[in-house]
Amino acid sequence: MASLVGFVVVISLLVSRTPGWPAVQETFFNGEEFVATFPGLLEAFWLNVRIFLVAEPLILVLGLLVALARNLRAPVFLPIRVLATAYVDVFRGIPTILVIFLLGFGVPALRLQGVPNEAVFWGTMALVLSYGAYVAEVFRAGIDSVHPSQRMAARSLGLSAFQTDRHVVLPQAVRNVVPPLMNDFISLQKDTALVAVLGPIEVLRQAQIDASFNFNYTPYVGAALIFISLTIPMTRLADWLQARTARRRRAGSMA
Amino acid sequence: MTAEAGPSSASTAMLEVARVWKSFDGLSVLRGLDLQVSRHEAVVLIGASGSGKSTLLRCINGLESVDAGSITLDGDLEVTDLDADLDRLRRRVGIVFQSYNLFPHMSVIDNVMLAPRKVLGVPREQARRQAAALLARFGLADKADEFPDRLSGGQSQRAAIVRALAMEPELMLFDEITSALDPLLVSEVLDAVRDLRAGGLTIVMATHEMQFARDVADRVCFLHEGVVLEQGPPEALFTAPRQQQTADFLARARRA
Ligand SMILES: Nc1ncnc2c1ncn2[C@@H]1O[C@H](COP(=O)(O)OP(=O)(O)OP(=O)(O)O)[C@@H](O)[C@H]1O
Ligand SMILES: [Mg+2]
Repeated sequence: MASLVGFVVVISLLVSRTPGWPAVQETFFNGEEFVATFPGLLEAFWLNVRIFLVAEPLILVLGLLVALARNLRAPVFLPIRVLATAYVDVFRGIPTILVIFLLGFGVPALRLQGVPNEAVFWGTMALVLSYGAYVAEVFRAGIDSVHPSQRMAARSLGLSAFQTDRHVVLPQAVRNVVPPLMNDFISLQKDTALVAVLGPIEVLRQAQIDASFNFNYTPYVGAALIFISLTIPMTRLADWLQARTARRRRAGSMA
Repeated sequence: MTAEAGPSSASTAMLEVARVWKSFDGLSVLRGLDLQVSRHEAVVLIGASGSGKSTLLRCINGLESVDAGSITLDGDLEVTDLDADLDRLRRRVGIVFQSYNLFPHMSVIDNVMLAPRKVLGVPREQARRQAAALLARFGLADKADEFPDRLSGGQSQRAAIVRALAMEPELMLFDEITSALDPLLVSEVLDAVRDLRAGGLTIVMATHEMQFARDVADRVCFLHEGVVLEQGPPEALFTAPRQQQTADFLARARRA
């Protein structure tokens, strides 16, 4: 710990002695500018939080349904399986920002009756569709990661195929994929800023407005700090969960 | 056969395996195998690795389908009938595996309660009481609320036995349940089996523990090339095998 503090002090001293530093500090780390804009940024960030809170549960539900659909083996389910596979292939292949453009500008342009026209709504749906495809793959890997002997043990106790999935396979699959899911959450949190391209005043858009007002980039740094202050704890939590999952999984069965 | 084998051992077979064939992509594992097991009987399967002991046990509770032949339980439930309700069958036949296969995401008592609750519809509190009593009987009372990762191998295997017993099976299958255990922990699991045997449970078990087979079995069956080549009371089979292959196998097992 002491060595870490020492290291940070040395680096800070070195950086602050470099010739270009005053200009950099003025443009990116301007205290006054920071104090003036930060509250506004926090307020704008509330929109990012809401986008995230709406998108995340929808992504989880969509991802799980698609993963289950792709795992249906009976021939009658072939069309559903094909559809689910096509969805994943398509949306994993398109850059998220392109989906946002397509839905966010495209759908409102159709002027459909009875369909919301707000940019935020379509931006959020675009995130859901794009991330749903990734999360479906994560869930599918999770289902495959449950050892077949677990299924066999459950069936041998008389549980039906459905009960086996519901009580034995899925709970373990979900636990096994918590760390990769957390990584997707972290990226989603950052990608809420992509909705800025559609115009709503979320934190990035607000920072952009503030920055162009005074030709100072401190608001961007402020926005970055806000994101980091959420993603760093989430990353640590993901690491901790991963370690715990690994321990549990090692012990569950041995062979 | 031991003296306390029970009055009903004379009745018709509880389990009847008749001319069962099973192969895995061209590899013929069971070749017209026959086996009858009476109620309250403890039958031990021995045989070289790969002789089909596990395959036979899995076929008996429908985890594997058979290619030909029939397996009948109690003369009424045809395991090998395509329309057989395998979930119903598995309620009556318990199996415990070498790798305990406890559900790692549930506490020990939840592992035990799951099937009674979901399959038999036993109310939660009643299931809990029954599970707690069974766990106590097998020395696991203080482990009820632990997760499987906190158990030793012997405790895990006893928990797996309790989980299967909670369904009150008429027939219990044990597949090499001590093979994965530290030698020091083997006896606690074998004692659990002895206990069940004394209680009159019908048991078919595959094992490499020859001494134990001798102690506990009413009958020992030697599997060789997909059939029961020789069977009989343990004393007779171990001391005076009639087939050369049995003698060879026993000699090898003794050396190991
Ligand atoms: N699901 C399967 N797919 C392909 N081959 C299999 C399968 N299960 C078993 N076998 C093969 O069938 C043969 C018999 O296997 P089985 O596990 O029944 O033997 P075993 O007598 O239990 O042996 P061990 O004493 O090593 O447990 C082996 O050659 C094995 O490789
Ligand atoms: Mg085996």
